[in-house]
Amino acid sequence: MKELKNTETIIPSNIPDEWFTKKRQDKTESEIVQRPSLSYWQDAWRRLLKNKLAMLGLVFLMLLGVMAILGPVFSPYEVNQADLPNQYQPPSKEHWFGTDSLGRDVFTRTWFGARISLFVGLMAALIDVVIGIVYGGISGFKGGKTDSVMMRIIEILYGLPYLLVVILLLVVLGPSLTTIIVALTVTGWVGMARIVRGQVLQIKNFEFVLASESYGTKASRIIRKHLLPNTMGPIIVQMTLTVPSAIFAEAFLSFLGLGIQAPYASWGVMANDSLGAILSGHWWTLFFPAFFISFTMFAFNVLGDGLQDALDPKLRK
Amino acid sequence: MLRYILKRLLIMVITLWIIVTLTFVLMVTIPGSPFNSEQSSNETVQANLERHYNLDKPYHIQYLLYIKSILTFDFGPSISQPNQGVNDLLGRGFPISFELGIVTIIVAVISGIILGILAALRHNRIMDYLAMGVAVLGISIPNFILATLLIQKLAVDREWFPVATWQGPEYMVLPIIALATGPMAIIARLTRSTMLDVLTQDYIKMARAKGLSPWKIIFKHALRNALMPVITIMGTLLAGILTGTFVIEKIFAIPGMGKYFVESINHRDYPVIMGTTVFYSAFLIIMLFLVDIAYGILDPRIKLHGKDGD
Repeated sequence: MKELKNTETIIPSNIPDEWFTKKRQDKTESEIVQRPSLSYWQDAWRRLLKNKLAMLGLVFLMLLGVMAILGPVFSPYEVNQADLPNQYQPPSKEHWFGTDSLGRDVFTRTWFGARISLFVGLMAALIDVVIGIVYGGISGFKGGKTDSVMMRIIEILYGLPYLLVVILLLVVLGPSLTTIIVALTVTGWVGMARIVRGQVLQIKNFEFVLASESYGTKASRIIRKHLLPNTMGPIIVQMTLTVPSAIFAEAFLSFLGLGIQAPYASWGVMANDSLGAILSGHWWTLFFPAFFISFTMFAFNVLGDGLQDALDPKLRK
Repeated sequence: MLRYILKRLLIMVITLWIIVTLTFVLMVTIPGSPFNSEQSSNETVQANLERHYNLDKPYHIQYLLYIKSILTFDFGPSISQPNQGVNDLLGRGFPISFELGIVTIIVAVISGIILGILAALRHNRIMDYLAMGVAVLGISIPNFILATLLIQKLAVDREWFPVATWQGPEYMVLPIIALATGPMAIIARLTRSTMLDVLTQDYIKMARAKGLSPWKIIFKHALRNALMPVITIMGTLLAGILTGTFVIEKIFAIPGMGKYFVESINHRDYPVIMGTTVFYSAFLIIMLFLVDIAYGILDPRIKLHGKDGD
């Protein structure tokens, strides 16, 4: 009774009647859903579109991808085409990003570096996902003894210092594109497996899985149709965050002299080569690789953050 | 509590053992003997050297000797610098690296937490965007690039700070900025998100309702809980700072452990690489163990049972 009185006082009585639209009273029409139904992915995409920073990252990465493929094709110079008389040319019409200590065109080398960095980053993330899904999926789905043994193994691997193991492997295997990716994934999948396992463990207890089980659905189908699609969100987020850390690791290793070797150029190699040059004022040799490493990592990081918000079912409106 | 510590201790020992075994296996699989260089091509000399370092013995004996030498903190000889062992390099380089690392952690934790609190208290206002902008930049710019930028802008162009070598506090400023920015950014983001979470909790409302002063609420009630996740990532941050010292010491020519490590990589001085890796790994793994124990002690919600530590 008291509550009713309250609402009466809140709504002013002087609102004209035409301000109201009359709602149909019959039962069938009131059941109709007013808003268009959106799937989880449509909804997530809609929310991602609203995140300006994440979209900036996405657009930058798409442009970078295009330039990584087409950039070297358009350029009249070769990656390792040395031109000693023209060393340390500042950016000009002929050399948009200038030339380095051997007269090589920084523009061409930058896009070649983009190929290497994106390739290393994406491959490392992809391999991590495959191993992580299989390992984490089995561990989470089986549960019990299998799970605790598999988790103990992960716990031990997790304690291994990532970059030290990578350095050790590269010293022994010899630096090359393949060995870098192998070394990065040997210990890198552990984080992904933990996330997948945690998700599977949580989802497998939901009612819809129980319902499916009671229909007699096979375990493999439950994993493919119910568990994996519902773990996709966190997996994608983790992937977008793995890529920049792999790109950083590649640049870091190249900087230590353990990375990609000639005839390839990577951003880390370029930054390492130009270490001496900046002291003599040839800033462009460092600026372009440094800018692209940083901006690529920035783009992946903000995209990952944006996806994390967009794919969080708790935030769904 | 004791069971939990024992369990963690066991995992730590296994992890250490894996690292030691891995380095041994890798060292053995490297083609050729470490003494296959031009200076010692004389066969008798080589045989003598191999006997001196027990390389003529079968692998399992070598393995046991290796484990024994590591247990007695003898990390092996250096090839590129004769008459010097990894222990000598450690003795000279480690104190400097340790100093650099400790100051970096202190700077990163304090500035990161302050930045995180400011951002959380001014949620969705200019201060928040500013702090998170700094944090995203800090995460995105690799430390070795930040270091070279700092040298060019503040040491070469302006000559505000001296660079190269390690002779006093003014030499520490730039390396520490370069090294601390990344961890600071991570701590700031984490502190912000947990602070935002904690500030909406009922017990904070309760504290407000009781009429406690805002500062008391922030420091006594909110921050204590908001800092727990920061402690959990301390291990990862330590690992990052430690590997960061490799490049930072190389760029700033600081005669620390990292510089020797990078030099040994460039000279392919395998015993030094292996020895320092084992030392670094042991250091990190023990730190990780201590962080775990500290977390268990500090967080009253965790009862340290031996069972199910996830």
